[in-house]
Amino acid sequence: MSKERLAIIASKGTLDMAYPPLIIGSTAASLGVDTAIFFTFYGLNIVHKEKMHNLKLAPLGNPAMPMSFPPSVEKSFPPVKVIESIFPGPPQIMGIIPGMTDFMTSMMKKTMKDKGVASIPELIELCKEAGVKLIPCQMTMEVFGYKYEDLIDGLEPPGGAATLIDYVTQAEKPMMLFI
Amino acid sequence: MENITANKVLDTSGLNCPLPVLKTKKALEDMQSGEILEVIATDPGSKADIPAFCQRTGNELVKMVEEGDRILFYIRKK
Repeated sequence: MSKERLAIIASKGTLDMAYPPLIIGSTAASLGVDTAIFFTFYGLNIVHKEKMHNLKLAPLGNPAMPMSFPPSVEKSFPPVKVIESIFPGPPQIMGIIPGMTDFMTSMMKKTMKDKGVASIPELIELCKEAGVKLIPCQMTMEVFGYKYEDLIDGLEPPGGAATLIDYVTQAEKPMMLFI
Repeated sequence: MENITANKVLDTSGLNCPLPVLKTKKALEDMQSGEILEVIATDPGSKADIPAFCQRTGNELVKMVEEGDRILFYIRKK
């Protein structure tokens, strides 16, 4: 019987929300906790062969977004400092500008790379190396019309809520995390 | 304190959470019990995370030194 098991539910498919389950999952496994990540709803895109490379950061409807532009942008385009003094970050309304989501996404990817943070595909590999079980949600696959072949290699067989609950409750100390 | 001779050096300069911990764990896998791993990190978060990793996994953190922006860890494998 495992001593500790951690089950993480990855339910969001935006670039910013793809990081926490993979970072916590890979680290937990490295610290000796049996770990599984259950990819459900939009979170399933994190393990989709093509979509995992195109996860986006949406400025619209993201109330935590207000933050300054990265120093690299401030340096190359000083007028953003004026914008920042009026709005504490890219204002919500900018989300309706065509291309804004792609712009924010590429800015975030660049910042993450500059800061030495691993990319999503890299983190998936690190999770696999650390022995994290990656479980795709069967129901979401049906709803989105994804086949098992559409998903990346190295996943567990598709499962449902019962699979996850059974996995985690087999341990003396079960832990669950919804992201 | 006498000088510590590392059997292996892992440089995680420029890398951020969770990479220093994951790479430390991987580096220790290829080592023998009692050997010393030197980890070089620039991620300020590793000051808390590497000791937490050692505490949890039972590997001994022999020494932690800050040298400017760099943090050096000496870990004895369990």
